[in-house]
Amino acid sequence: MRTTPFYPRLRELNHSHMWGNWAGYLSATKYDLSSKHEYFGVRNAAGFFDTSPLNKYWIRGRDAERLCSYAFARDIRPVRPGRAQYTLWCDDAGFVMEDGVVFRTAGDEFLLTAAEPNLGYLRGLARAFDAEIVEATEDFASLAVQGPRSRDILAQLTPDVVDLPYFGFAETKVAGSQVLCSRTGFSGDLGFELFIPADQALPVLDAIIEAGTPHGLRPYGEEALNMTRIEAGLPLFGYEFTSSRYAFTHEERFTPDELGLGWTLRGLDDPTRPFIGREAILAERAGAEARWRTVGITMTWRDYYDLHASNGLLAIPDEVPVPWEVMIYDAEGSRIGYATSFMYSPILQRHVGIARVRPSHAEPGSEVFVEQTVNHEYVNVRALVTTLPFYNPPRKVAAR
Amino acid sequence: MSDTHAYDAIVIGAGHNGLTHAAYLAKAGRRVLVLEQRHLVGGAAITEELRPGFKFTTFSYALSLLRPEIIAELDLVSHGFMPLYMRSHFAPMDNGDYLLLGPDAGVNRQEIARHCKADVDGMERFEHDTLRVRQFLRPLFDNAPPNLFSADPQDAEQVAWLVKHLGSADAKLMHDCVRLITGSIADFVDDYLESEIIKATICSAACVGIKLGPMSPGTGLNWLYLAMGEHDGIAGSWAFHKGGNGGFTEVLARAATASGAEIRLNSRVDHLITEQGQAVGVALADGTEFRAPVVVSSLDPRRTFLQIADPRELPADLVQTIQRFRFQGVASKVNFALDGLPRYPALEGRTDQYLGFVNVAPTVEYMERAYDAAKYGWYSEHPYLDASIQSMIDPDMAPPGKHVMSCFVMYTPHELKGASWPAHREAMADRVQATLRRFFPGFDDLVLQREVVTPDIIEERTGLSEGNIYAGEFFPHQMYVFRPAPGYSDYRTPIRGYYQCGSGTHPGGCVIGAPGRLASMRVLADTR
Repeated sequence: MRTTPFYPRLRELNHSHMWGNWAGYLSATKYDLSSKHEYFGVRNAAGFFDTSPLNKYWIRGRDAERLCSYAFARDIRPVRPGRAQYTLWCDDAGFVMEDGVVFRTAGDEFLLTAAEPNLGYLRGLARAFDAEIVEATEDFASLAVQGPRSRDILAQLTPDVVDLPYFGFAETKVAGSQVLCSRTGFSGDLGFELFIPADQALPVLDAIIEAGTPHGLRPYGEEALNMTRIEAGLPLFGYEFTSSRYAFTHEERFTPDELGLGWTLRGLDDPTRPFIGREAILAERAGAEARWRTVGITMTWRDYYDLHASNGLLAIPDEVPVPWEVMIYDAEGSRIGYATSFMYSPILQRHVGIARVRPSHAEPGSEVFVEQTVNHEYVNVRALVTTLPFYNPPRKVAAR
Repeated sequence: MSDTHAYDAIVIGAGHNGLTHAAYLAKAGRRVLVLEQRHLVGGAAITEELRPGFKFTTFSYALSLLRPEIIAELDLVSHGFMPLYMRSHFAPMDNGDYLLLGPDAGVNRQEIARHCKADVDGMERFEHDTLRVRQFLRPLFDNAPPNLFSADPQDAEQVAWLVKHLGSADAKLMHDCVRLITGSIADFVDDYLESEIIKATICSAACVGIKLGPMSPGTGLNWLYLAMGEHDGIAGSWAFHKGGNGGFTEVLARAATASGAEIRLNSRVDHLITEQGQAVGVALADGTEFRAPVVVSSLDPRRTFLQIADPRELPADLVQTIQRFRFQGVASKVNFALDGLPRYPALEGRTDQYLGFVNVAPTVEYMERAYDAAKYGWYSEHPYLDASIQSMIDPDMAPPGKHVMSCFVMYTPHELKGASWPAHREAMADRVQATLRRFFPGFDDLVLQREVVTPDIIEERTGLSEGNIYAGEFFPHQMYVFRPAPGYSDYRTPIRGYYQCGSGTHPGGCVIGAPGRLASMRVLADTR
């Protein structure tokens, strides 16, 4: 197994000694024995998470913007240098392959982060353009610093973070190193991500820890990350969807609209921007009703508690997201969807999930039934369809 | 079946297909006699103790394509079936570096990225596209081919199914199928990958046992065939049977005899006995005769049609087709008893690279040049080797601290131009050893003994014509409905009661069991 540039320090901090395997890199499952403790650290103060295994690519050249606006479903052209954009890329049939964030570092230069390796794919596309794709994953150590105190912590190290707008970024100096610092993240709260030259990872991390410790900064692992992103309603590759490129059936493929990401497609009818999947997405929107809608579901604590109590059991919720799909039914017992992520939210004090349901049941407030196992029997528990996200403090996007 | 015979069926040859076939017939209640020319069962799947404590897989050396249903249907686990996991694929390189792929997808990504970052997703696209091809062709592979040339309505129904299935492919899938089946593996991988060692690793699997180089059209089909294996449900995964493939065929023999089959060793069948166009038994070389209304040959097509049967009882066009059927074995084995583990300097102190295959094929060109020699009737100066230190996986294979290394060698043509194998056997093995020495310094000092098995020896000991390990080349015109001849892919022969069940029938070679099993379904249906 490989390790990231932060590993020497993270190993010291990982009191649980529990590590996961993120694409061949050791990635902490949790640092504290309680991932709920880490979660509250992020929600109440600040936490840092090592995102170094994320794939990173430079897209450079005279045609870099044309390439990005062709490869990605969301229009990159309005994005100015110093701004980043959440995006996705689709196949010719309009199904989502992957998502990522594009940072526009110059008129002719972009930095893309992606969950999965894409160098071969992007290079294949770039052949038709005057643009090059440069692998940059290991050039950077990347760190997410998330939570309400994150700005105060980082402001001690660089004043440039103070006025960063949501999805803005600055190339700045932290602890003597040139760092790209963006106001982005996966927690649904105020937060930042830092892209640090790999050989400067430890001094920068140490400076952040030193600045942050008085503010309650703590490291958090994959479990707490997953909890925060579910509350934030953010899709995770491998849970909400996988690449259409590697799907065997259409049941494994999803369109942006089905994933609740149709909002990224503004300007779809702009004929000056052909992009991969556009024709199919236009046809989908002009055609029959979509197969799925992505919604939130919530279950009330009382229903969950009473169900267990009526079966002689004590309900003990577990905040760690379940690693399987949870089936959803209508009142008559017909299956109408499934939750792709499902957990007990310690802040909301009830179960929440990101779910795909049939459009007929997608209206917020619709009553649905979530399959649970009680006394080794399947039982359907009442739940309500909601909008996403579940947790969305105004400070996430607000100016200071 | 007739009660006038001592047996309901006679199976010629106790190779793995003969044994599988016999076990199915016996399990169905038939009285079965298996006749084996040698003193042990297994055919080309045997394990021999050539030095006290050192067990050699003389010929075939791994399991992957064995059809999983056979394990269940013949209850092989209760007879000792134990497929050990081969966890890694290790390919040394000329510059001292290596490619080491193992069981973890994430770690493999990092290892591929070490050689070429663009190949990480390139490899995933390659695997996905080829998995779709494998999934699509699986029903063709797993079922007896329909007879395209028959007027039988049941055949017409199966032909209609085939046409419908082929029509269900989308454009890309059909194109990928044709690219693989008709093209070269080197061209195919070029469409996905850049790294030489990664391309060579895939290409090497396409060259096993076939008289073609990676740049020859047709190697895509060989790759595809070998990739149809799915040990433990994982496509392309391989296993080592405890005790070697000889251990596996002993399991099959136990399964067959437990169901009542009788196996008679040292009984070389000389010819088929027929009466009025109907098979009625066989005669051994010593004149002993055995009678049964069904005789099933697990031998290759040349022996089945031209030696055991009397060609004069067969249609002339079938005889001609079988005479044209290509064997041209090119593979050898050099098996070593070793005093210890080989050293690989870049992995000093590690041994996990030996828990699977050691593949000496550093570049596509290396393999193509190795093949060049065979085209002109000679053996490679720098052979492609597929080795495995089997005692790392199964400690019963060698004394503690010692090892056995099975080394599959390409290319060593059956016919040497102007020379014979007895005069060149050791020289060929010296080249193999020199190749190993080049990558594993000090290898010579480890060698306690070596066994050299060239195609002439494979032919002599196993009966496989020209030493072809698949009982006939995997060329498109010798596969599926054409294996072994158009109109005879249904395991029958023109002689009533005479059947075929060897690797020369669909789907083909390797320790796969499918020919033996599918033929048993045919025999049982015909003799209900």
